[in-house]
Amino acid sequence: MKIVVCLKQVPSHDANLRLNTASTWIEEADIGFEVNEPDVYALEEALRLKEKLGGEVIVCTLGPARAGQAIKEALAKGADRALHLDDDAFENLDAHGTARVLAAAVRRENPDLVLTGLQSDDFGFAQTGVILAEMLTLPHSTIVMEIQAEDGHLKVKRELEGGWFQWIEMPLPALLTIQSGINKPRYASLKGIMAAKNKPLQKLAAQDLELDAEALKPRQVISRMYVPQKTAQTEFIEGSPREIAERLVDRLKNEARVI
Amino acid sequence: MAEEILVYAEHQEGRLARPTWEAVAAAQQLAGASGTACAAVILGDNVSDLAGELAGAGLQEVLTVESPQLAQYTPDGWSLALRQVIERRQPRFVVFSHTYQVRDFAPRLAASLDRGLVGDSLGYRREGERTFFVRQIFQGKFSADVEFRGEPPYFVSFQAGAFREDSVQRGQSQATITPMEINVPPESIRTRPQEKFREAKQAVDLSQAEIIVAVGRGIRKPENMELAQKLAEALGAEIGASRPICDSGWLPMDRQIGSSGQTVAPKLYIALGISGAIQHQVGMKGSRTVVAVNKDREAPIFDIATYGIAGDLFEVVPALIEEIRKAKSG
Repeated sequence: MKIVVCLKQVPSHDANLRLNTASTWIEEADIGFEVNEPDVYALEEALRLKEKLGGEVIVCTLGPARAGQAIKEALAKGADRALHLDDDAFENLDAHGTARVLAAAVRRENPDLVLTGLQSDDFGFAQTGVILAEMLTLPHSTIVMEIQAEDGHLKVKRELEGGWFQWIEMPLPALLTIQSGINKPRYASLKGIMAAKNKPLQKLAAQDLELDAEALKPRQVISRMYVPQKTAQTEFIEGSPREIAERLVDRLKNEARVI
Repeated sequence: MAEEILVYAEHQEGRLARPTWEAVAAAQQLAGASGTACAAVILGDNVSDLAGELAGAGLQEVLTVESPQLAQYTPDGWSLALRQVIERRQPRFVVFSHTYQVRDFAPRLAASLDRGLVGDSLGYRREGERTFFVRQIFQGKFSADVEFRGEPPYFVSFQAGAFREDSVQRGQSQATITPMEINVPPESIRTRPQEKFREAKQAVDLSQAEIIVAVGRGIRKPENMELAQKLAEALGAEIGASRPICDSGWLPMDRQIGSSGQTVAPKLYIALGISGAIQHQVGMKGSRTVVAVNKDREAPIFDIATYGIAGDLFEVVPALIEEIRKAKSG
């Protein structure tokens, strides 16, 4: 099975994020980056499918030069080769634009299966994979917690609200967005790290993918970013425990009218 | 026609889900005083009863799309059917609640029309003619004002609790119900969903609870859980917890509230000994009234609490239980 995994680099969880001077994005200098968490699980799922069924795992990453580190890690874990989509025109794309670029690259590979994380820890669109499925005219499922693959056919367990699940069957080729926790991701071995150095890495720019500015025009733009405001005017209730209880119950009854 | 707002009405197990009413409230507020018409669209194999229920909700029109191919939700069927409705109606906005189902098909639907979706919005802001939708990025560390580019229709989904079900403006008269003829060939639906099921340990749906008592690390010991249980009983509330409590096994995992657990939006949320990290807040900030009891007056939970009690929960909660019992019997 030929599997493409879309993998993104995002600021580290513990990075101390600051806004840029225009308050339109974060200051990217001096912060650490890591692979987007759900994408780590998507890669692991792809590697397990390959180990079971044979085939090839191709990592596809859109991002600037620094994203090369994310690709290196994926190759070290066992991906066979990588596509690095890097062009000034790809900076700060919205979900639609990102999916456009990914679609142009993935289409050339004609894979049996495309995996993405269900959302990214930076924009948090939770859309790119689904839009990509539409652009590639593939059937899709989201928030996938288990994959069973056989004979050109998939059975996936999809997470629903409130602890419900559902099995969904679909033909291949298909696209799935993967939920964190679906598996236990591996670490790269020393051997893997050495082997990664000789694995094929293809760089693709807008021109290679025949994408012009018109194709990448945003559907949505961030006009301003800011630290979230306090959403509540908290009224602190003081007194002895008995007084606090009386005052609170009075407010819940007569002010908030919730009891 | 171009100024119409279309609301997507989700239903499950033959009922209109609460997110549907929240989406209706969002659409009504977005329409504002400008007299913009709001219409709802509902899909299924037999939705006449639900359409009737929607018709009383202060909407100008309820569009029904019925087909045997739509007996069960599939992203292919929903995208294809709704695309045809939207192409015909050409609304300015299409409004959704950000549910698991909407996350599954709405990006596909918008992309099929070459349009964008602003997902998981907390609200919107108007500046003259311009509308900015507010959403969280970097996992809640920042908010962003987002504006659409290009031509409408504009697709927007709102987070659970961003708009309140009880703020729906009920209409004086019944809305017109308009059946829409659409074409969904059986072969266009490629995924086959099977019956929904719950894992043995996943039995609780807190998203529908009206009152929730939630417990955090401040409860200190498993023996102290009984105190929270008693408060929940006195209020007729469900009990929930932040992640560490469930990880420790003091409550089952299906009672966890937060980014990796359930998202809730009750009328009353009582947080006992919860500091209120963003991962927890994401799951409960849609609550209408939040009471926080915590020893640390600087705890982030107080940023979103309606009523704050900076004190010892082991002193306050017993008094509170007694007072609530009194109020209920009186």
